[in-house]
Amino acid sequence: MTTEHIAPGTVTRRFTGQAMPRKEDARLLKAQGEFGDDTPVAHLAYVAFVRSPYAHARIAAIDVSGAEQAPGYLGCLVPDEVETLTDPYLELQGPPGDAEVDRCLASGGIARFAGEPVVAVAAETREAARDAAEAVVVEYEPLPHVVDAREAVQPDAPLVHEPVGTNVAFDSLYDWGDIDFAMDNADHVIEVDELHFHRFSSTPLECGAITVEYDAGVDTFTFTGGFATPQLATLNLSVALRHPFSKLRVLSKDIGGSFGLKLNMHIPATAAALLSRKLGRPMRWTETRTEHHQAGGHGNERWFRDVRMAVQRDGTVLGLTYDALDDVGAYTRYEPLGGVIWTQVANACYQLKHLKVHYRSVYTNKGPVHPNRGYSRMQHLWLVERMMDIAAHKLGFDPVEFRTRNYVQPEQYPYTTVNGCVYDSGDLPLSLRKALDLIDYRGARELQERLSGSGKRIGIGIGSTLDSGTNNLGQARLINGELPFSGNTEGGLVRLGADGTVYATTGGVAFGQGHETTIAQVVADMLGVAYDEVQVQRGSDSALSAQTGMSGSYASQFAVTGIGAILNATKKLAHEINLVAASALGCTPDDITLVDGHAVVADDPDRALPFSAVAGIVHFSPADLPPEVADEVGLVGRAVYRAPFEIPDTERKYGNLTLTYATQVHACVVEIDEETGHTRLLRYAMVDDCGTPINPMVIEGQVHGATVHGISAALYEHLSYDAEGQLVAGNFYDYHAATAYDLPSFRYDNVVSPSPFAPVGAKGMGEGGGAPLHALSAAFQDAVGDRAMVLDSCNPPERVLRLLRGLDAERVRVIR
Amino acid sequence: MTIDHTAETREITVTVDGRSETGHVSDRTLLVHWLRDALDKRGPKIGCDTGNCGACTVRWDDTLVKSCMVLAAQADGDEVETAAALEGEDGSLNRLQRCFADYHALQCGYCTSGMLMTATDLLSSGEEITEESVRRGMKGNICRCTGYHNIVKAVRAAAGQEVPAPHGCAAQEVESR
Repeated sequence: MTTEHIAPGTVTRRFTGQAMPRKEDARLLKAQGEFGDDTPVAHLAYVAFVRSPYAHARIAAIDVSGAEQAPGYLGCLVPDEVETLTDPYLELQGPPGDAEVDRCLASGGIARFAGEPVVAVAAETREAARDAAEAVVVEYEPLPHVVDAREAVQPDAPLVHEPVGTNVAFDSLYDWGDIDFAMDNADHVIEVDELHFHRFSSTPLECGAITVEYDAGVDTFTFTGGFATPQLATLNLSVALRHPFSKLRVLSKDIGGSFGLKLNMHIPATAAALLSRKLGRPMRWTETRTEHHQAGGHGNERWFRDVRMAVQRDGTVLGLTYDALDDVGAYTRYEPLGGVIWTQVANACYQLKHLKVHYRSVYTNKGPVHPNRGYSRMQHLWLVERMMDIAAHKLGFDPVEFRTRNYVQPEQYPYTTVNGCVYDSGDLPLSLRKALDLIDYRGARELQERLSGSGKRIGIGIGSTLDSGTNNLGQARLINGELPFSGNTEGGLVRLGADGTVYATTGGVAFGQGHETTIAQVVADMLGVAYDEVQVQRGSDSALSAQTGMSGSYASQFAVTGIGAILNATKKLAHEINLVAASALGCTPDDITLVDGHAVVADDPDRALPFSAVAGIVHFSPADLPPEVADEVGLVGRAVYRAPFEIPDTERKYGNLTLTYATQVHACVVEIDEETGHTRLLRYAMVDDCGTPINPMVIEGQVHGATVHGISAALYEHLSYDAEGQLVAGNFYDYHAATAYDLPSFRYDNVVSPSPFAPVGAKGMGEGGGAPLHALSAAFQDAVGDRAMVLDSCNPPERVLRLLRGLDAERVRVIR
Repeated sequence: MTIDHTAETREITVTVDGRSETGHVSDRTLLVHWLRDALDKRGPKIGCDTGNCGACTVRWDDTLVKSCMVLAAQADGDEVETAAALEGEDGSLNRLQRCFADYHALQCGYCTSGMLMTATDLLSSGEEITEESVRRGMKGNICRCTGYHNIVKAVRAAAGQEVPAPHGCAAQEVESR
């Protein structure tokens, strides 16, 4: 169907736009939610994995005889069996990366990162499964490993995947505008040897949890757990298990956070399914925190090398060029999509005219990357924002004026970027002014001066960023022209039950975003019923027709695709209600309006039918209806929302890749202790603009959450590996996720620039775009002036001390 | 109590959320696993295994504990209270729970039960409730969704303090929604 744009004014907005209390809250507050590990299942058995202690090793022998002696042991699964019983998952990339084979246990009998599952063991209890796994003896032959992407691209580097023949899984040159002309003719060129965006993850508090039940009677596997893309998971499971798609069902109930990372749950689910079928028992795998940090998915680590930016004397930035080495770890599970997804925000917040990037996705013997909040865009956004900041410092521009001058200006929207993406709306200068007001920018500068020489040093930072939402999946063709993907859809199902209750089901998957709430708000408004009267299904179910192939929660899109589909479905249901009511009330469907749970004749409000009566006629007394109406109505509206995209030009790598661009501008004031390098956040402000709000309270909450992910990453969180390829942050001791005590109270405001392209003017916004990483890097730079250069996205105290001593000053040069 | 060293399991009796529960546990069964697996108590959640995240926080007699750090056998004869006990007898939310909803102090809800237990303890401790004391008191509980800002607000509101309303909501509307 075509895209339905719901024009403002056609619907009375009693609830949409209001800070409605959340529908999800009561059950969660009363400890009555149902998360992956909560559900009691009769006859349940438990799975534990034996994991490789080596970063790279050939598995020479596996001896499970010890496990067989363990009380409660039921059985196990070894890599050879998986090779025999499964087919490889769907892969996105073309040659040479497509020679990589990924499986649920060490593929080809080789472990490629420390923590990779090698054997899966099933037992009667959690403890028994762990004991049995402990008793498995695996003989490893260690292989040479590589943990640094810069070394992995050297010709003599150990290969992570022999059959691929190189550690470069994906290699692409993006060249828009005329970067050589810009560099040759600009008044100034800034050159930086290397910047590093570090490896971290949003580490959802609920780790992975999967329950697989095999029903032999109908030959069907039911998977329950946090599957963020249920139909794609079903496809992958079907291919891997060689089991009919129709005989797989994927469910989720409450999910304790995903942030993108739970897009790849089908991989451990495969092992649990094989064990379930083999042993004839329902199986549950509950990931431990350490397992999650090792193998549950990391954010992309990226090296930016030979970076150059061309700047005019008046402060106009012309363009930018760099080489990117994106460290994807041992497997390209969602990669190399990240190699294209960053181009959604090619211009970042700025009017760049020329951009040239040589991008390579590189295998290393580290945990695989998964999409992580801000996926692939925040790395590029950080780099651009960093370069803006560095250029301002080196060339003597005021950081506020320099950014403001180069921002895409409010009157330029819709703004077409160097690569054909269309920024829909925004007001960055206003957002920045508001953010600076919130931190009392002038007062902060005075404080900075006052404290100078006191042993406490003040830094003031700005971070401007974008949250591009609603992917054009056609961008996948830029990594592999053979892929049959384009556009984007989501599904929705809205129906009237036998008693007149309104039910709504989305194809989306919620893990904290409040979908039940925002769905109820828009449905209640369109049908003229109370907010409390809309029953929204908790969780997702692949067996319901609410889903489309692309369904799920990723790419900041629910406010566009999920809400769009629900509105289209509601419109269909409203049409059917009108048909039934018109025939019962003796008028035409156009005469009917829906008010307060009734279908009312607009110019004769005494003639009205409650929804219960409308439902009663259709469900119980269809003979009351004219046959042509009875045959048409089922009181079920099922619809998709189709985002209006075209297939990008794969030759020029040009075209619109995302529908909406929310903006966030952050500003902060930090206090650095010169003796210890400890950083304290004195003031922190964020101004978000995600178009017309559906629920401002929910938006503010997600801005807070994304802010803390960014702050914590910028100051504490680092999934670093030692030279042996061992993860050194395998739990919350070594991986410090910020606590309440680490953080200040936030200062929040918003700007509303409705999206002209989205159904209710709302933009996707949950990912946030990593602004705190930009803002804190800038604050450190501000604190040290140009005596040192902030070239890494993570600045814990030990690094801050080095910055105070002049770190990396020589790696940045004004070459003209 | 006499311990039978030949048995695989031992019998424990614990008053959980006001009800006497008897179970057979192995020596090493963690309190959190017994509460969750044997009693289907969904308040205590497991988020870390190392005592950092606080999602499994319960009250054990008069002490607030992370129930992944306690053996089930240790609680024999004692009282344990989980977040499931916080609601009113009629199933309504208590003041703290209402404040969590009013100020949007939860998103995915996974940390929420632990947060409620810690906040309940803090509010009854007699400690002066300030922005600082709430942040310090809650630092043993990790939340990865909310950024804590609204949790701090909710706890302060539950203590009767005036806090800013959620965005898009006038102050006088907060509790009448």
